[in-house]
Amino acid sequence: MAKLGLDAHDRGAKVIARAYRDAGFEVIYTGLYQRPEAVAAAAIQEDVDVIAISSLAGAHGVLIPQLIQLLREQGVDDVLILAGGIIPDDEVPALLEAGVARVFGPGSDLEEIIQYTRENVKR
Amino acid sequence: MATAERKERFAGVSGRPVKRFYGPEDIAGMEYERDLGDPGEYPFTRGIHPTMYRGKLWTMRQFAGFGTAEETNARFRYLLEQGQTGLSTAFDMPTLLGYDSDHPYANGEVGKLGVAIDSLKDFEILFEGIPLDKVSTSMTINPPASIMLAMYLVVAEKQGVSWDQVSGTIQNDILKDYIAQKTYIYPPAPSMRLITDVMAFCARHVPKWNTISISGYHIREAGATAAQELAFTLADGIAYVEAGIKAGLDVDEFAPRLSFFFDVHNDFFEEIAKFRAARRIWARVMRERFGARNPRSWMLRTHAQTAGVSLTAQQPENNIVRVTLQALAAVLGGTQSLHTNSYDEALALPSEEAVRIALRTQQIIAEESGVANVVDPLAGSYYVEYLTNKLEEEAYAYFEQIEAQGGVIAAIEKGWFQQQIADSAYRFQRRVMNGDYKVVGVNAYVDPNEKPVTNILKVNPEVQRRQIERVRAVRAARDQKAAEAALAELRRASQTDENLMPYILECVRRYCTVGEICGVWRELWGEYREESVY
Repeated sequence: MAKLGLDAHDRGAKVIARAYRDAGFEVIYTGLYQRPEAVAAAAIQEDVDVIAISSLAGAHGVLIPQLIQLLREQGVDDVLILAGGIIPDDEVPALLEAGVARVFGPGSDLEEIIQYTRENVKR
Repeated sequence: MATAERKERFAGVSGRPVKRFYGPEDIAGMEYERDLGDPGEYPFTRGIHPTMYRGKLWTMRQFAGFGTAEETNARFRYLLEQGQTGLSTAFDMPTLLGYDSDHPYANGEVGKLGVAIDSLKDFEILFEGIPLDKVSTSMTINPPASIMLAMYLVVAEKQGVSWDQVSGTIQNDILKDYIAQKTYIYPPAPSMRLITDVMAFCARHVPKWNTISISGYHIREAGATAAQELAFTLADGIAYVEAGIKAGLDVDEFAPRLSFFFDVHNDFFEEIAKFRAARRIWARVMRERFGARNPRSWMLRTHAQTAGVSLTAQQPENNIVRVTLQALAAVLGGTQSLHTNSYDEALALPSEEAVRIALRTQQIIAEESGVANVVDPLAGSYYVEYLTNKLEEEAYAYFEQIEAQGGVIAAIEKGWFQQQIADSAYRFQRRVMNGDYKVVGVNAYVDPNEKPVTNILKVNPEVQRRQIERVRAVRAARDQKAAEAALAELRRASQTDENLMPYILECVRRYCTVGEICGVWRELWGEYREESVY
C-alpha cells in the first residue's frame, strides 16, 4: 500500500491496508511522502505481489506512470498495480494504459477490492 | 409493553447507542445558570453573543483555491459578487509543505489542490482588487503559516491598509497536523515556537488577527468520532495555551485571538450538541484552570465546515441535501463562520456551479428558514441537553487518557491519537460494509444506471509551467544580495529566541520564496517523520 508524492490524505490507504490485513494479506504500508523511486525500491526489496496506490491530491497522472516505468526498467512486470481514491473517470484510461490493472473510485466496497486482488494477483 | 422497532439497536455516525426517547431523568442534576446560562453569558453553552444571528449572521466563507493566483483571484471575486462575506484560501500541497513550484517534489502537484504560492509576487496577484480592510481572510496553512501572514501584511501595506485594520485567520495548528492531516515539516518543539512567535507578534501588532484556528476538522475527516474530534481539538487548544504561557505571555493577551474549526457530520443532534459542549468546556477550562479574566478569553469562537468525507461520488446531487442538513446543524450549534461543501467534491475540486449552490444553501438557511431569528432554539430539549452533557463527559474522559500518555505531544509521538483515529475510521467503514450504517446511493438505494458526472473542475496542466516560469523570473529580478542577507538574518535569529516575525517579513519583502524560507528551517531543525499506524 503506497502514498506517492506530497498527498497527505491517508484515511483511505489506512482503511484498505487494514482490510487487506484482516483478510489475511501481509501488508506493507509505505507511509506518506514517498517518491516513485522509493516505492519501486521497496516493492522490489520486499518482493511484493501487489502495489496499491491511494491518491487524492491529483498527482497520480504523473507519479503512477513514473513508478510503473521504474519497475519495468528493473525488469518487474508481474506485479499487480491497483489505484484508488479521487481519480476522475476521464483520467482512468491513461492509468490503465500505463499499466494499472484497475482503479477503485470513492465508495468502493472493501470486499470487492479484496476479491479482485485475490483473483488477479499475477504470481 | 414492547413495540416492534425497525432495528435491534439504534446508533448514529459515531456508533453511540441511542434510546427511544429522552426525558427529565436524562438531564437530572442539570442547572440552568451553571450549565447553560443565557446566550452571551458564561459558560456560553447557548452561544457567545446575546443576540447571535439576530445581530449578525455567521460569516459565509467558502474555501477556494486552485491553479495560479490569477485563477484563484477570479474565484474570490466571483464568490464575493455572489454574496460571500469572507475569503478562505486553499493552498496546493507544495505550498503547504514549503516547496517552491520548481522543486522536483512539486512535479504533478502544482496548483492541484489549491493555489500555488511561491513568493510575495503571487500574493500581490491573489489579492489584487480585494480591499484587505473590508474583507476578512482565512488561510488554511500550517508550517508556513507565519510566511503567509507576513505576505498578507505586506500586501495590506501596499494597499495602504494598516495592520490593525486587517482581520482574518491563519490555521497555524501544527498539533492536528501531527495527529491527522500530516502536513507537518519540522519536529514539534520548533513548530510550536513558530506558533507562539505568531501569537506574541499579533497580540502586539495585528490585534484583529486570529492567530490559530485550532482544528478538529481534519481529525474528524481522518476518521475520529464526534467525541474524539471534540476532545482532541480542545486538548490541542489547551496545549497551545500552555505553550503561550510558557513563552512568557499573559493568557488574556493571546487567548482572545484563538479560534476553532469544527467539522459538521451527518448526525444532526450530536453535531449541535458538540458545538454547545465545546463552548462550555472551553469556558470552564479557560476560567477555572488558566485563570483567564477577560471574558473574551473564555469564549470559544468557531468556524465550521460540512463533512467532506460524508459526500458520495455516487448520486452526487444527494450531497446537496447532506450539506444542507449539516449546515443547519452548524447554525443551530451556533457557529461564527461556515463553509458548505460543494456537491461534486467527492469527484474533484468544486466547479463554479457547485460552489454557488453550496453558498446558496447557507443563504437559504439564513434568509428563508427562520432559524436565524432565535438564539439556541433547542435549549431544554431533553435529547440535545443529554447529548451536550454526554459529549462533555466523554471529552473529559479522553483528556484523562491524554494526560496519562504524558500530554498531547507525547501522545502524538507514541502514535496514540493516530491509532485511535484509524480504529474509528475502520470501525465506521465496517459498519458501512455490513449495512449497519446506511449511505444512500452507496449501500442503499443504489442506482445501477447512474451516469458519470461530466462538468467537474479541471486544473489546466499549463499551470505548473507558468508557475515555474514565474518563480524563476522573481528570483532573477530581485535584489539577490538583499534577499540572501534577509535569509541569513532569519537563519541567525532562528538560532536565538528572538521573535521571528520581523525577520520573516523582511524575507518576504525581499521576495525570498516560501521554499527558501522553509529551507532555512529544514536545515536548522530537520524534518519530522512518523511511524504510520493503522
